[in-house]
Amino acid sequence: MSIDIQGLYKRFGEFVALDHISLAIPEGQLVALLGPSGCGKTTLLRIIAGLEYADQGQVLFNGEDASRRHVRERGVGFVFQHYALFQHMSVFENVAFGLRVRPRATRPSEAQIRAKVGALLELVQLSWLGDRLPSQLSGGQRQRIALARALAVEPRVLLLDEPFGALDTKVRKELRRWLRRLHDELHITSVFVTHDQEEALEVADRIVVMNRGHIEQVGSPEEVYESPATPFVYQFLGHINLFHSRVHAGWARVGHLRVRVPEYGDAEHAPALAYVRPHDIDVLREPEDGDTTLPATVQRVSSLGSTVRLEVMQTPGGEFAEVEMTRERYAADPLRPGDLVFVKPRHLRIFLNEDPQPVAPMHWHGDGDGI
Amino acid sequence: MRAWSNEHSSRPAAIATTEPAWVRALLLGVALLFLSLFLFVPLAAVFYEALRKGVGVYLAAISDPYALDAIRLTLLSAAIAVPLNLLFGIAAAWAIAKFEFPGKSLLITLIDLPFAVSPVIAGLIYVLLFGAQGWLGPWLNEHGIRIIFAVPGIVLATIFVTVPFIARELIPLMQAQGTEEEEAALVLGASGWRTFWRITLPNIQWGLLYGVVLCTARAMGEFGAVSVVSGHVRGLTNTLPLHVEILYNEYQFAAAFACASLLTVLALVMLVIKTLIQRRARRQLRLTNGEPA
Repeated sequence: MSIDIQGLYKRFGEFVALDHISLAIPEGQLVALLGPSGCGKTTLLRIIAGLEYADQGQVLFNGEDASRRHVRERGVGFVFQHYALFQHMSVFENVAFGLRVRPRATRPSEAQIRAKVGALLELVQLSWLGDRLPSQLSGGQRQRIALARALAVEPRVLLLDEPFGALDTKVRKELRRWLRRLHDELHITSVFVTHDQEEALEVADRIVVMNRGHIEQVGSPEEVYESPATPFVYQFLGHINLFHSRVHAGWARVGHLRVRVPEYGDAEHAPALAYVRPHDIDVLREPEDGDTTLPATVQRVSSLGSTVRLEVMQTPGGEFAEVEMTRERYAADPLRPGDLVFVKPRHLRIFLNEDPQPVAPMHWHGDGDGI
Repeated sequence: MRAWSNEHSSRPAAIATTEPAWVRALLLGVALLFLSLFLFVPLAAVFYEALRKGVGVYLAAISDPYALDAIRLTLLSAAIAVPLNLLFGIAAAWAIAKFEFPGKSLLITLIDLPFAVSPVIAGLIYVLLFGAQGWLGPWLNEHGIRIIFAVPGIVLATIFVTVPFIARELIPLMQAQGTEEEEAALVLGASGWRTFWRITLPNIQWGLLYGVVLCTARAMGEFGAVSVVSGHVRGLTNTLPLHVEILYNEYQFAAAFACASLLTVLALVMLVIKTLIQRRARRQLRLTNGEPA
């Protein structure tokens, strides 16, 4: 089922959680709502579910207005961050709950319920846990049971609120791969909320990046990562380096470096910010001809498993930058703290700094999951 | 810096929050002495006095028709007050724990009012409202309804005094549990009524029972508020605590203590039940917080 969100607006007291949001979610996709806490992503999910009501705007399921339908009748499956399993019921009864509460006319027989719950427990690979209480399960098992319970009512849409947020890293990675496989099998339109960019990039077909009640960008994982639409998306997805810059007549200047920016052809001495990812920087021993490199000194070298991270300081100006390179590349020419080098950004993205407030200068690596 | 850390690491066995043995012994001794002087000795005295003139006198005292009437009335008022408070307590706790509404803090304060107000005042409020000279007195009189110096007054006073017990017990429990399980049930298609019976009630059952036990104990033992509205009519408006007072004032010490011992036994039974429930309830709260049982 496709979901169409039109002009949703929601306020809690003075706080605007959603500021006229519109979004189309095509049938069968797995979509991530990604953003820092307080960006409105959970509110959006809860409004889609019918657990919260919007002040303005509509949610359409397959083109039909669902706003007036009670959460009971929307046919959604919802998976809560803290599982919300019924503590006093066995795992089996938890999964069976949605079937047992149906009106008598549509309620399956006991044998049908047993078969269905058995199949769902099979699907989440936990058939052997049917008689346990939720408190006797691990976090990852609880979340899988919560998912089985949500699927029991054969929802047309599956909504997951930070589904892996409360789990430790290893279990989280396993579960999100598993969720992806499950989605490939079932093809239910699914929306999940996360603040973890890695999770969104790995699992989702499409990512909706949200910030302060707005949608910053919608796109495939490659699109949002490779060509962020706004400075916020740049900062939130992956590490970045941030340099102060000035744009004049189609050229941006960062220190001695000059970059062509045709899209800002009519800007005159406008302050701007230049973004570059740590792995999009080359480190050279000698300067190149022209104005494509910046002199810098190596400050720190740290090894991060498969990659090596260098901290360099621009020699005039003193702005720091972070460079990542493969272990092999580093081993070919090991750099030491104090070495004089020339850094060459391969992809430099310039945004005019129209509103200097939101981006703090020198805040050059927003790694996303720390916010 | 180095010297400082060395000095402290030389006593690794001491835990920062543990006091020397003599301090612990002193604290424990003071607590025990206090408890035995003010709680245990009086308790023992009740039973000693009750049985001093022999079992025959004891049995006669508690099977006296007036005593039996008092027991009946005590049980009756508890039997009315506790279920009413049960309904009110669940409704109020539900509203406070699961919804935001204007006047919420006022409601919480009002629930606590009976704890703050002296029971005698509580009784006087009802006399002022329903008594012969009270606001509603003339109207009630015309219609032949008696509240003060009659059973309804006693029941009303008992309800007033016991209002906080169940609500107060449930509010923190329901707040800790949040609304996620109810939301999950609604999303799965359960009606509000069904969600309450299948999800909410099982989750609060032990806290609820605990509140009921406390409420019952208080309802049966209440003296002050009931004394003001009762009028002390023997066989009609005397509850067990009032009966004890009358007997005592008539110098029937053995009988007074015999009836007092009945109340004491009731209280002790309630305490035992309370302790058992508390153990279960604590376990339940742990489960709610997701810790292993």
